[in-house]
Amino acid sequence: MDESTLTLLAWLIPLFPLLAFGLIVLFSKRDKKLSASLAIGSMSISFVLAQIIFWSAVTAHDLAEHPWHMAFDWLPLGDTPFQMGVMIDPLTAAMLFMVPLVCLMIFIYSYGYMGVGNPENESNERGCPPASGSVDPLASRFFAYISLFACGMLGLVVADNLLMLFVFWEIMGLCSYLLIGFWFSRTYPDPKRITPKVAGLKAFLTTRVGDVIMLLGLLLLFSQTGSLSFSTILSHETLEHLAHVELFVPLFGMVSAASLAAVLVFGGTVGKSSQFPLHVWLPDAMEGPTPVSALIHAATMVSAGVYLIVRMFPLYQAVGHGHNTESAIVAFIGAFTALAASTIALAQYDIKRVLAYSTISQLGYMVAAIGIGAYVAAAFHLLTHAFFKALLFLGSGSVIHGMEHGHHHVAHDGHDKGFDPNDMRNMGGLISKMPRTGWTFIIGGLALSGFPILTAGFWSKDEILSFAWHENTIVFWTLALAALLTAFYTGRQIFMTFFGQPRTKAAAHGHESPGSMTWPLIVLALFAFAGGFVGVPEHFPVLGPLLGGNPFHHFVGQVIETVGVHIPHHETAWAPVGISVLVALGGLTLGWLIYGRKPMAAGDVDPLKKVLGPVHTVLENKYYIDELYEILFIRPTVAISKKVYAWIDRGVIDGILHTTAKGAYTAGQGNRWFDKNVVDHTVDLVGMAVGRIGKSFRSLQTGQVQNYILVSAVSVIVFMAFYLILF
Amino acid sequence: MGLNGFPILSLIVFVPILGSVIILFIPNKYEKAIKWTALGVSLIPLLLSVILWLNYDSSLPGMQFTEDYRWFPTINSRYRLGVDGISVPMIFLTALLTPAAILYSFGIKKHLKAYFALFLMLQMGLFGVFTSLDMVLFYVFWEIGLVPMYFLIYIWGSDNRRYAALKFFIFTLSGSVLMLLAIQVMYLATGTFSILEWTSNLQPFREGFKVWFLDSSVARQLSFWAFFIAFAIKVPIWPFHTWLPDAHTEAPTAGSMLLAGVLLKLGCYGFLRLVLPIFPDMAQKNAPILAILALAGVILGGMAAMAQKDFKRLVAYSSVNHMGFVVLSIATVASAGATMTDRVIAYNGAVLQMFNHGITAAAMFMLVGVIYDRAHTRNLEDFGGLGIVVPVYGGILLFSTMASLGLPGLNGFVSEFMVFRGAFPVFTAITALATIGLVVTAAFLLWMIQRVLLGPLNPRWEKIPEISVREIIAVAPLMVFMLLIGVYPSWILTTINQTVLNLLS
Repeated sequence: MDESTLTLLAWLIPLFPLLAFGLIVLFSKRDKKLSASLAIGSMSISFVLAQIIFWSAVTAHDLAEHPWHMAFDWLPLGDTPFQMGVMIDPLTAAMLFMVPLVCLMIFIYSYGYMGVGNPENESNERGCPPASGSVDPLASRFFAYISLFACGMLGLVVADNLLMLFVFWEIMGLCSYLLIGFWFSRTYPDPKRITPKVAGLKAFLTTRVGDVIMLLGLLLLFSQTGSLSFSTILSHETLEHLAHVELFVPLFGMVSAASLAAVLVFGGTVGKSSQFPLHVWLPDAMEGPTPVSALIHAATMVSAGVYLIVRMFPLYQAVGHGHNTESAIVAFIGAFTALAASTIALAQYDIKRVLAYSTISQLGYMVAAIGIGAYVAAAFHLLTHAFFKALLFLGSGSVIHGMEHGHHHVAHDGHDKGFDPNDMRNMGGLISKMPRTGWTFIIGGLALSGFPILTAGFWSKDEILSFAWHENTIVFWTLALAALLTAFYTGRQIFMTFFGQPRTKAAAHGHESPGSMTWPLIVLALFAFAGGFVGVPEHFPVLGPLLGGNPFHHFVGQVIETVGVHIPHHETAWAPVGISVLVALGGLTLGWLIYGRKPMAAGDVDPLKKVLGPVHTVLENKYYIDELYEILFIRPTVAISKKVYAWIDRGVIDGILHTTAKGAYTAGQGNRWFDKNVVDHTVDLVGMAVGRIGKSFRSLQTGQVQNYILVSAVSVIVFMAFYLILF
Repeated sequence: MGLNGFPILSLIVFVPILGSVIILFIPNKYEKAIKWTALGVSLIPLLLSVILWLNYDSSLPGMQFTEDYRWFPTINSRYRLGVDGISVPMIFLTALLTPAAILYSFGIKKHLKAYFALFLMLQMGLFGVFTSLDMVLFYVFWEIGLVPMYFLIYIWGSDNRRYAALKFFIFTLSGSVLMLLAIQVMYLATGTFSILEWTSNLQPFREGFKVWFLDSSVARQLSFWAFFIAFAIKVPIWPFHTWLPDAHTEAPTAGSMLLAGVLLKLGCYGFLRLVLPIFPDMAQKNAPILAILALAGVILGGMAAMAQKDFKRLVAYSSVNHMGFVVLSIATVASAGATMTDRVIAYNGAVLQMFNHGITAAAMFMLVGVIYDRAHTRNLEDFGGLGIVVPVYGGILLFSTMASLGLPGLNGFVSEFMVFRGAFPVFTAITALATIGLVVTAAFLLWMIQRVLLGPLNPRWEKIPEISVREIIAVAPLMVFMLLIGVYPSWILTTINQTVLNLLS
């Protein structure tokens, strides 16, 4: 196929889910099955198109030098129109392999999860989770939203410029808002627990803070270079130019445009990929239906943030070959987030929240990788993580589904509102009730822990660690410690959920989810297991040569080599590999020692709590960052807003206005007294006559009309006076 | 002059007033006839404005479809009409919003005849301002727009209407009086009322020339400030904005639609059409002040919106916030530090933002009206969970809100991006601070959505009826344009951009 056909297909990839969105919203709202089929069908088409492009890209020989590209004039700006277009290079192609595949699995899974095909239940409230075994009354809306979400991610991946990327980026922001708050009328007995509607708002606003910073970065790049297209701003000449333009930034002095733009653009990643200090929205985003969590936290939104800095990588290398402040900031924030999030995950009980913090932590890995210059490793981990994290989220959804079913089965007299099907303390022994979910979840968990050789997570994580070993010792040890904790809490999660004895009746009566939910798990498990083999280091004994000598590295790595960025090639060192193996196995073993050897019984306190004591409470409360933000930002903003309105608008401005009006009124009163006592006496008779006529007109008009007539008369007089005086 | 001398502009301007007269002759009891006549008449300018746009040749510089007749020879004022790429979209905006507002107003019960007659008269005034090329004519139309709005607020407004109407009137009239004085001074300095002559002759104030007892430079400065304040009140630029929340809140829904949709644009139009070309040096000197006031409008307007409990007042304050972006780009166009590219982009952004805010704000006010008609309250704390009972309304409200908060893919983003891009290199710090406004805007709008649509349903509204077909028909065209501009802005910007290039080169 030639370039024009392939770029046309690239346009169609995001278009089909968009079409599904439009059709569902406008026509098929009532028919839930049709809506779901439209969404899944259009996603399948996108998937096929993306596969065609991917395999064409893999076989093309000079794609990195000459990416497939097509653009059209979108916005006339003076003499040079702004263009929107699609671009396929190896990085985009790799993303196009992953995103539609994972999305499709999530879509199919959603069919079962939202209960499409199940009977309607009249007592289901709109905007609340449906009773077990019935369809969600707003299922059509759900499929419309996730289609738009997929459109956002796919459009972002094929975009050839930063503005188009930003457009789709924000569309995803909207969808995350809608989907996190999908059960918008849900409330909890515990007033402190965040509701979906608030969680959606929080996600949108927190990410928007990052987006606005990113927008400033875009503006800087655009005004410096006159373009936002990747091929222009990431070219050698432009980067050279940006590195040499010095700008004054208050507090920081002279900074090169490249550095400033790099830091500002990174703001977008911090928000979207949930890095410290804007990470607070992601755990609460778990309030959305579980497929949404998978969509947001695996395949789409959070990946978009990492994709952005992977795409913009040459910008981070523009000054001093990557040894610069902006890269250090990126590396520091990534590594810090990776570690901090993994400590919080230790003390969470909600099965989805553990995964949420592990997502934040894994994203920290990728961000840190970009910071230390490990371009290919970051992209690689982005892809493998998408598969195993989607698997884990969907698995946890299946577990919750099973728990709810069990609870429904046990509680004959309706739902006990206090029962939390997400709480791992209520689970236990589920492996025998739901084996497909259980075993696939374990595969995903092992991949997340970086279980050596067999799992995809090992290869990608190892590549980051190896790179860090050579580049930055602090980052290396931080990430290694985070990896240890990751393996530990994953072990804890697996043992608490699937092994031991059921700790509640609901868990004892849990059962396996339908095929539409478990088959996607199996497909994803396949990739979580084998997906890493495309990126096994060339010199790794036996496997390296056997698996084609790291095809992934060659494929994606050429993207930046063509723009003249040099990636250092490190000899395969055994120390980081050894440490990587050690922390993965050590963490899992530790998890087994504490949670697997002697499983928790119903009502037991978490053994870790006994060990950590007050530290555990701090971790359980996520270092109290939410509370801190509440005091530092939210309350003051609301308070100041009220003061702005009450003091400035109502007090000062209207105060001056009212005082002036009062003054004028007083002057008018004086004038009236003069008229009444001096003028009126002389024109009494005339006045009375006019008054009578006036009264008869009054019924026609409202009282204030006189004001108008008066003022108009004054203006006419002023007008006339001018001419009289001047001519 | 296009269309072979067919006086399309005069027709656009005067068809509405003809409609008013016809309506006055329909007996009161034929309510349907009054309504449908009003709607029918308002559709004629819409059709004409489409014809106008289609026949407008954006490759030609200068004014098109010009008409020039003897009118008021004693003071050398002529009947001069004409349009360029700035006014054509504004005329279309007015022509688009009026039928929507009239259709929405079919629910009006009180004094139908007067209401629709005034409404069409208002439309005439607005068309007149956007087409006048003679300052006396401009002023007359400017005032014609003012009077009907006063009555619309005063008679058909809600509880606090008297205060609001008077406040609106005093504010705008003080502006008008100042403008009138400035017009006189300009006439004395130039001997003509022609806007084109004023703007083409950069130094109309000859050295040593005296206006009355004032030196020419003093007179010039005074007229600049007079125009400045007159238009600043209309925009409104912070701190001249406090009439706006009162007037918007108390006005009848359709009145708010036109007030926010078109009347506020008159001020910006005045800045672009008169202040910048006539007083480039003064504008340049004061551009930083203008930019700072724009920032105040964006941030403080947004914060004031956040403090509101009244749904309509919140939307009203969002206008202060959004018009701040227009003002920021006006400041950029005026600024000395701006390159040609910055200016062109900012100017385009200003006009597009005017258009965008026009349709979005009109839609928002209409949606507030829809819910107020049913619930008889605008208190945000009384609502909750309406998304459950009125999902279609909820969807439309969400759509318009997203357009209003500048979500990419919808209209607001395109113009805001252009404004920011234009202003960024010139007023970097102010632009950076203004982006905080984007977060504030998102915060108060989404909080509004949360209080109205989300959460458990307040049982008071269990029986609230869904948005009607008539109301959907009124708002749908606006939504189409929100999407159309967001996805493919080229169609409208081609017209604007060419004129901007001509004006600035």
